[in-house]
Amino acid sequence: MKKVIALVSLSAAIAVSSNASAVTVTLACGAVGQELQLCKEGAARWAKKTGNDVKIFESPNLTNDRLGLYQQQLAAKSSDIDVYQLDVVWPGLLSQHFVDLKGKVPAAEVNAHFKGIIDANTVNGKLVALPWFTDAGLLYYRTDLLQKYGFKSAPKTWTELALMAKKIQAGEQKTNKSFAGYVWQGKNYEGLTCDALEWVVSFGGGTIVDSTGKITINNAQAAKALDSAASWIKSISPAGVTTYDEEAARGIFQAGNAAFMRNWPYAWALGQNADSKVKGKIGVAPLPSGGSRNAATLGGWQLGVSQYSKNQAAAIDLVRYLAGPQEQKIRAIEGAYNPTIQSLYKDKDVLAKNPFFGSLYSVFTSAVARPSGPTKGKYNQVSQAFSSAVSDVLNGKMKGQAAVAKLNGDLARIKGRGW
Amino acid sequence: MTVNPTAPARPVRTRGIEAARARQAIWLLLPTLIAIALVAGYPLYRTIYFSLFDANLTTPDQRTFVGLGNFWFTTDEGVSLGFLQDPKWWGAVKNTLLFTVVSVFLETVFGMIIALVVNSTFKGRGLLRTAMLVPWAIPTVVSAQMWSYMYNDSFGLIGRGLLGGQALLANTDSAIWALIAVDVWKTTSFMALLILAGLQSLPSDMYEAADMDGASKWTQFWRLTLPLLRPALLVALVFRSLDALRVFDIMSVMLGNVNAAATSMTGYARQALIDNSLLGFGSAVSVAIFLIIMVIVVIYVTAFRVKFD
Repeated sequence: MKKVIALVSLSAAIAVSSNASAVTVTLACGAVGQELQLCKEGAARWAKKTGNDVKIFESPNLTNDRLGLYQQQLAAKSSDIDVYQLDVVWPGLLSQHFVDLKGKVPAAEVNAHFKGIIDANTVNGKLVALPWFTDAGLLYYRTDLLQKYGFKSAPKTWTELALMAKKIQAGEQKTNKSFAGYVWQGKNYEGLTCDALEWVVSFGGGTIVDSTGKITINNAQAAKALDSAASWIKSISPAGVTTYDEEAARGIFQAGNAAFMRNWPYAWALGQNADSKVKGKIGVAPLPSGGSRNAATLGGWQLGVSQYSKNQAAAIDLVRYLAGPQEQKIRAIEGAYNPTIQSLYKDKDVLAKNPFFGSLYSVFTSAVARPSGPTKGKYNQVSQAFSSAVSDVLNGKMKGQAAVAKLNGDLARIKGRGW
Repeated sequence: MTVNPTAPARPVRTRGIEAARARQAIWLLLPTLIAIALVAGYPLYRTIYFSLFDANLTTPDQRTFVGLGNFWFTTDEGVSLGFLQDPKWWGAVKNTLLFTVVSVFLETVFGMIIALVVNSTFKGRGLLRTAMLVPWAIPTVVSAQMWSYMYNDSFGLIGRGLLGGQALLANTDSAIWALIAVDVWKTTSFMALLILAGLQSLPSDMYEAADMDGASKWTQFWRLTLPLLRPALLVALVFRSLDALRVFDIMSVMLGNVNAAATSMTGYARQALIDNSLLGFGSAVSVAIFLIIMVIVVIYVTAFRVKFD
């Protein structure tokens, strides 16, 4: 009997000690498109390599909802989530909750990423997160339909886009009632802020708030940009475009029901899937110009380690692994997620799968940042005020000029005693 | 419980028993009162406390006292910072009141009709009463999502099928009616159930007498049913009105959080508190919602003399 007890306690001791060395790290991933799948796979590879466990925390799709949830977790100093996936506009807002990765990650590893994105993740000298993938708005179009209606290349200006979309829509609607010329993100949320910033910048209307913190939105070019976007509704875009987010727009384009779509690079890989009706018929171009320049909003996601994590060392290792070149290459090939590591844009395997990465390199490097830097902790309010004003113009409640004037007042109120 | 009501009791002794009972009641109630103070009183106190400060959700320790500045404050440059000066707040109040009045009215009328039908005897009544509760049994978030698919302009049963590609939810002005429809669909059955319970308690001999006297069904409804049903109806009305004033989930799911903030008071509070992490400002909004609801309860209770016992 004694022997049995000794044996049991010995094996129990072994079990306990082997558990102690391996830790469980919780990783919060997004779930837009293939994100969740790729996130799980990447985490599993790290878990296998290090012998630790990764638990995946599934986050809401909309970035605003995600932020709300994360802020509650962080404000409560919860240790439930070790690694957070952060939007490029969040570091200023959440910096105090994250571990400073400077010094914990070798400088060479940090410097391999685009400098602009590292800067966006650095708040008061603290490296809040490591870039995971970058994003910029792109124009997707149907190569077969452009050819069918006698167009040689993708539109260069918004006017051209409207004309082309109108002609294709009129032709296609004869056989397909649900067909739309142009789909984009018109729902009142962060995505609309991105879309509308592209219009405003492309018309030469500035970036809402400039780098010194001055409110610049109240100008004629910005008003013109919003008015021309409003003119698309019910002419080349369905009435419901003002309820679409990324996935709603992609759903329509991928079902073969739209000629043009504004979306992020992730939509490419899904459009080439076997179940996509538009496989092999998709072209990608820079977003049209409004007369000033082509503009794409900078997006992208980073990985940060929570200060309240109980397994910081393992969490930092997971972040370094996921943000590293090997993992970014896999994600670029399988999900068309843009790497943040420069050298990968010359990688043959990556370019073979995403030919537009090479030709649109300048779109990714010259993308326009949302004014999250100058507006700091109040960025979210600024973005809501902006997207609500744009939404009013799109819904016909206001003309562009009145909307930007009102927005000017709203932003002044939000700024209050300073950003 | 031990007192025999028929036994002749001396007045002094009765008072002693009642005093003892009252003491007993306090001891029995004490745990409940402590629990209420902890889970309801303390958060309420903290909310009122924070409403007087300029504080951020992520750093609540660094707060500055601003008095009623979160409610009403104009800076030297003429910028108004209080939420009572924000037109968006008043839009949310207006929409919430519209939502409450219209949806509760429709639910009461439809609920009454359904309750009267189900109250009569017919075959399969039990099954119908159960089936009636299906919309109420579905979690609001699920039914709201279901309805927003039906409202979708490109594949929805209503948006595409009935309206030929209109996006009802795109504009907050038309969306409020779409939301009222969802709430009526969901809660009418609950209202019907409450009214049915009231109907069942009405004595049937009264109707027999009315029949004998030759009163028409219509007169019976207005003169007998409705007045006798009043207590049950008013309790149901108070419950539903309070629920409707606190509405949050339908807006949040069907409109997204930014537009929900323009259509419901709670959505506005959530946006301030969570999305914008304005702990002080958001608390002030919550205090205002609390006051508005309290005022409405007081009006109900005093004007209609609702009795909860």
